[in-house]
Amino acid sequence: MASLITCPHCGTRPKEEFSIRGAAAPKRPSPTAKDEAWHRYVYVRDNPKGRILEYWHHVAGCRRFLVVERDNLTHEVFGVTDAAELERAGADE
Amino acid sequence: MTSYRLGSGGAINRGQSLTFTFDGRSYKGFDGDTLASALLANDQMLMARSFKYHRPRGVVTAGSAEPNALMTIGSGARAEPNARATTVELYNGLAAASQNRWPSLKHDFGAVNDLFSPFLGAGFYYKTFMWPGVLWEKLYEPLIRRAAGLGKATMQADPDRYEKSWAHCDLLVIGAGPTGLMAALAAGRAGVRVILADEGFRFGGSLLSESAAVGGRPAAEFTADVVEELASLSNVTLMPRTTVFGWYDDMVFGAVERVQKHVASPSPDLPMERLWRIVAKRAILATGAEERPLVFGGNDKPGVMTAGAARTYLNRYGVAVGGKVAVFTNGGSGYRTAADLLAKGVDVTAIIDARPQSADPVPDGLRIIRNGSVIATKGRHRIEGLIAERSGFEEVIGCDALAMSGGWSPIVHLMCQRGAKPVWSDEKQAFLAPDVGGAFVAAGAAAGQTSLGECLTDGAAKAHAALEALGRLVGSLETPEVEGEYDPSFAPLWYVPGARDKAFVDFQNDVHVGDLGLAQREGFRHIEHTKRYTTAGMATDQGKLGNVNTAGIVAGMRGVSPAEIGTTTFRPFYTPVSFGALAGTARAEHAAPVRTSPLHGWARKNGATFVESGLWYRSAWFPREGEKTWRESVDREVLNVRTHAGLCDVSTLGKIEIFGPGAAEFLDRIYSNSFLKLPVGRARYGLMLREDGIVFDDGTVSRLSENQYVMTTTTAFAAEVLAHLEFSAQTFWPELDVRFVSSTDQWAQMSLAGPKARIIMSRVVQDDISDAAFPYLAAREVTLRSGLKARLFRISFSGELAYELAVPAGYGEAVADAIMNAGREEGICAYGVEALNVLRVEKGHVTHSELDGRTTADDVGFGRMMAMQKPDFIGKRLSMRFGLTAADRLQLVGLKPVEADKEIKAGAHLLKDGAKPSLANDQGFVSSACFSPTLGHFIALGMLKSGRERIGERVMVWDGLRGSEVLSEVCPPVFVDPENSKLHL
Amino acid sequence: MRYSAYSIFKQALSGNRMWKPAWREPQPKPHYDVIIVGGGGHGLATAYYLAKEFGITNVAVLEKGYLGSGNVGRNTTIIRSNYLLEGNNPFYEFSLKLWEGLERDFNYNAMVSQRGMLNLFHSDGQRDAYARKGNGMRLHGVDAELLDREQVRRKAPYLNFDHARFPIMGALYQKRAGTVRHDAVAWGYGRGADARGVDLIQHCEVTGIRRENGLVVGVETTRGFIGCNKLALAAAGNTSTVGRMADLELPIESHVLQAFVSEGLKPVVDHVITYGAGHFYISQSDKGGLVFGAEIDFYSSYAQRGNLATVEHTMEEGVSLIPGLSRAKVLRSWGGVMDMSMDGSPIIDRTPIDNLYLNCGWCYGGFKATPASGFCFAHLIAKNETHHVSRFMRLDRFERGYTIDEAGRGPQPNLH
Repeated sequence: MASLITCPHCGTRPKEEFSIRGAAAPKRPSPTAKDEAWHRYVYVRDNPKGRILEYWHHVAGCRRFLVVERDNLTHEVFGVTDAAELERAGADE
Repeated sequence: MTSYRLGSGGAINRGQSLTFTFDGRSYKGFDGDTLASALLANDQMLMARSFKYHRPRGVVTAGSAEPNALMTIGSGARAEPNARATTVELYNGLAAASQNRWPSLKHDFGAVNDLFSPFLGAGFYYKTFMWPGVLWEKLYEPLIRRAAGLGKATMQADPDRYEKSWAHCDLLVIGAGPTGLMAALAAGRAGVRVILADEGFRFGGSLLSESAAVGGRPAAEFTADVVEELASLSNVTLMPRTTVFGWYDDMVFGAVERVQKHVASPSPDLPMERLWRIVAKRAILATGAEERPLVFGGNDKPGVMTAGAARTYLNRYGVAVGGKVAVFTNGGSGYRTAADLLAKGVDVTAIIDARPQSADPVPDGLRIIRNGSVIATKGRHRIEGLIAERSGFEEVIGCDALAMSGGWSPIVHLMCQRGAKPVWSDEKQAFLAPDVGGAFVAAGAAAGQTSLGECLTDGAAKAHAALEALGRLVGSLETPEVEGEYDPSFAPLWYVPGARDKAFVDFQNDVHVGDLGLAQREGFRHIEHTKRYTTAGMATDQGKLGNVNTAGIVAGMRGVSPAEIGTTTFRPFYTPVSFGALAGTARAEHAAPVRTSPLHGWARKNGATFVESGLWYRSAWFPREGEKTWRESVDREVLNVRTHAGLCDVSTLGKIEIFGPGAAEFLDRIYSNSFLKLPVGRARYGLMLREDGIVFDDGTVSRLSENQYVMTTTTAFAAEVLAHLEFSAQTFWPELDVRFVSSTDQWAQMSLAGPKARIIMSRVVQDDISDAAFPYLAAREVTLRSGLKARLFRISFSGELAYELAVPAGYGEAVADAIMNAGREEGICAYGVEALNVLRVEKGHVTHSELDGRTTADDVGFGRMMAMQKPDFIGKRLSMRFGLTAADRLQLVGLKPVEADKEIKAGAHLLKDGAKPSLANDQGFVSSACFSPTLGHFIALGMLKSGRERIGERVMVWDGLRGSEVLSEVCPPVFVDPENSKLHL
Repeated sequence: MRYSAYSIFKQALSGNRMWKPAWREPQPKPHYDVIIVGGGGHGLATAYYLAKEFGITNVAVLEKGYLGSGNVGRNTTIIRSNYLLEGNNPFYEFSLKLWEGLERDFNYNAMVSQRGMLNLFHSDGQRDAYARKGNGMRLHGVDAELLDREQVRRKAPYLNFDHARFPIMGALYQKRAGTVRHDAVAWGYGRGADARGVDLIQHCEVTGIRRENGLVVGVETTRGFIGCNKLALAAAGNTSTVGRMADLELPIESHVLQAFVSEGLKPVVDHVITYGAGHFYISQSDKGGLVFGAEIDFYSSYAQRGNLATVEHTMEEGVSLIPGLSRAKVLRSWGGVMDMSMDGSPIIDRTPIDNLYLNCGWCYGGFKATPASGFCFAHLIAKNETHHVSRFMRLDRFERGYTIDEAGRGPQPNLH
């Protein structure tokens, strides 16, 4: 990856249009969650070698945060989803 | 005469003679020559010196793998070091100079290194130069450094332009030799978008050096026909002089086009080079194969070159590389070269064939020494003969050139740049391209095909496969017949035993077989260790000629297959690429975009001095006649604001419009302080934290209507804050209905500050802005007397009665002019960011000098603003960690020198009075400092350990870096109007 | 075999045939006092100091590739100690002092070259920040000078003084900073450790960590089980992978940083120079190659290679800073996997497992730290207590709120 990203809203665009926020797996805990959960959310990273979820922000396009599913060893991209849609879908489950 | 131009033949234009110089001497060549072929035509075989031993060198190749013939082309700001003479296209007036020699190429003092070579083996420098330690930096290293490098970088600014572009295609064909041409033709006829790129200036690759006939015509004629047809197809883009240097993720290829490198006087309307990012659905690697040098004693003498190179100089450039050429080969290539030389009337003294027998046709009368080897060469600046050995008998054979062939290595570089390793083939005795998936495949010689016919067929076949994958296959291309083909097969021969002189594997870096052996003996056995220890493969050719031989030789030393040794890692760039091409237009003043405020013109006509602030240019101060220093201007501006009024451009602050029924709740979660109850028509200061509880940015939010807000951010963090809002809204709370848009560039915003601000503003604004009607922190839309709708905010960074007025950007200058006119009688002045900074330091307002990414809200005195009763806001939970609430944290304080005339500078540290300067005694630092014209002395803001408890204490402001110590008193950070009475005037 | 001018002379007379291997190639023993996972710079330095300073020689270094195949052989070779924060500065100064005596210490010429480093600044705010850093260095006795524009010009006249988008205003200068021949560091430490009895075991990948009663008893490897009393991880970019074998939760994300070398050029850049208006930095090796780099590629990666956009961006900054580079050519780019920590600073600490020790989080700054990292880690392993210069580099600092955030960018690893 990382030469081209297919934005679900804008189509295939070069990497330069995006800014990368970081791991998308950690989810912000509820305000009442334990300290340990907050620590984990902010500081602990699984950092697996292989398939990962990552936030990419289409700053020079639709300005949506996208969740890019990709392999961080081969740089193959498996899918790109709008983060909010993914969040909403997750909330529905 | 040794090497010379033949009377006829070659793909050169004999009608166009070109004049060029080499080391100051003038020569003639023809259009279509490379610098190397033209030098050879003029019998200039000595072209360079090697890196370590300064041995005399000539060309080994006729292409981009050339390790020896590196030269500096051009002079002054246009000088290009380390250009390969074998790929430099000749033009009229070209000036070339040899490198790494002193005083001259012929008489090079550095050659003395060769005499000491027994002491200078691989890695010798790791074992010595350690005693005494001081001599390393004073003597040894300067000596080593003097020997470093080959060419000289000009170090002058480049007068030429460079540019970048994207290209998209269905099929990228890399290399326009027989394979690539057939691939491009097959795909071109099928109608898909094809890009055919070749590093050379003429398409055809090996066909241009070919003596066989293709499709019933001479190879050159066949090539011309194919190129003509390709040029006629609108779906085919031909890119000569274009090197594909890298393969990146998602089938993006980096390529550099040398647009004007071959032009005597470059046009200012064209770039010198152009960088291409080629996005291809499929790609075919048709880069051909590299002929391996044989590794024998003295194989580096000028005049020793690959058989293919000798053939190219002969057939393509019409140059005989010698008058008496010997051939040393382990395969058919040597025979073909001998035959072609003989056909052109060049004397071939003998073929020394390492194999006991072969089926290669032997030209009449040519002497063949089978089972023979070359163990040494004679001559100094050029080969004058060789010692051949067979069955223990030696024989001196006279020659003035030696064509060698050690077999062929497919050029698989690009395919191995993304992690896949080439695969050893016992059958082909070569490393072959790895399988990297169907989108990118090798074809022809790059795929291990050996004969011309196979290459032509394979090029078309691979294109057909790509077309099929693209769903665009229509019919198939017939492969033309080849007549007069030779058998290019070979028997492996990695190293020729019995060498009387060094047998080189890496010519440029002078790595010879002995070095490889030493590396093995010393435990540097992994091929990467061997490479790094001996520097084999680390020269400018990156081992194009030597790496496979290195692997083969090391395999032999270890008694294993080359498969077990493998190769070192292939990485971009295939051939070196200029900084200029990769940088493109982004250089000098154009290194980054320029942002100017809508009030830039206003500031300029008021005489502003501008300062870079991120991408922005901001007005720093407005000097007036008679003011000799910036301080004089700034002091005047500050005092003028404090006593009368001033107008400052604050348009660069980030402005974000926020809409939606969820906006109030959203802002309440984003800021650490409360926002739910902010009334319509009011502004509030807000402090935003990062999730780790540290202050992120500050600014104001004004509620313009129930569901509409406008937020300001600092200039530096505008983009990051917007991204933060978007991230939070989209990923944390997608259920909140809230939208954002940046309006930084849409509004011109100006701050009118000073006791006269209301009088002046009321002359411009229709609305009632009395304190009762428009109190401190009021924020709403107003109508200017001109009828223009504007936004007015009663907020103050200076501590004075102040308004910020925002008007649509296009009206900015007119409105600012109107305010200046309205305030003339009141003594208004324009003031810049320097005065603004003094005003805010006097008032104790913090900026990112204090909020440096490590400070908490409490550190800067905003602890009580944090609305901890809110269920959630970003940064709430982690702001409660022990380390962020510890009593000994650095806290914001004011500082004033005990002796009023002393200067405090930002960046100084704070020590307890009387304490020794040491890290243990470090108590904090000065974050902002300035001369306060209001108070008449320097003042500063600082971060001091437990600072708030220490008001009244004296600390030493220690600035060892600039040699000053200023005893200072710790005071509250607000120096002017601590009661805020001016804000509520 | 001791290296010296005499040994070179003597060996040359016998045709350089008698040189001994720099290290043995031993078979792994069934059990060691200490196993170090990772035969890069930090792992080898740790082994060297364990043996030399703390007398612990029954040690194995397990390396899945060849010695020095990680970031120690894939960096831009810079050493320096110009750090701002108390958590970093004394540590890196300790490291620089070790560099200064390293060659005679381990009898290997790693070509430590104290060429001086210029951190250019381009605004008043940046000057103030560098002044703060420089004064902090001075307080700790580290050399630092604040140069004005003209002083910088005298040192590096080829910089873009006349047509810069972001004018050069001056520089923070550390004279003792410089460069080192990177591979030689790994080889020197490896050879020194081997000579003291440490087993350097190449091509031996750790595949599991065996625990009994809450303690590590050894590691599963591609060459079988190897037992140990203490296990020390120095796996850089692969820290998370190895840590997971012991259920460690780590504040680490792996990223790729590209670096570049130009063709060999006659020396023109005498110092190490960093561009304050971007991330570009450059020096020139003793062989003539300009060695330089800039930013990470920003996405998580284990691939040891980057992408073209970052390449271009690096060259843009390079030509902006040094216009005369435009016609010089870049020879090679490469990528290293960085163990980016959540505050940009490293971890040298014990773990929740009593006999498991951790060394990671070096981000893109691990090379200069090699000697101090090895020394402090060896100290920790040998004595079970933290060396005083690494006392802030704790694993629990994130939870306690004592991060060492040199860049002030917060818990987003790709911003450090």
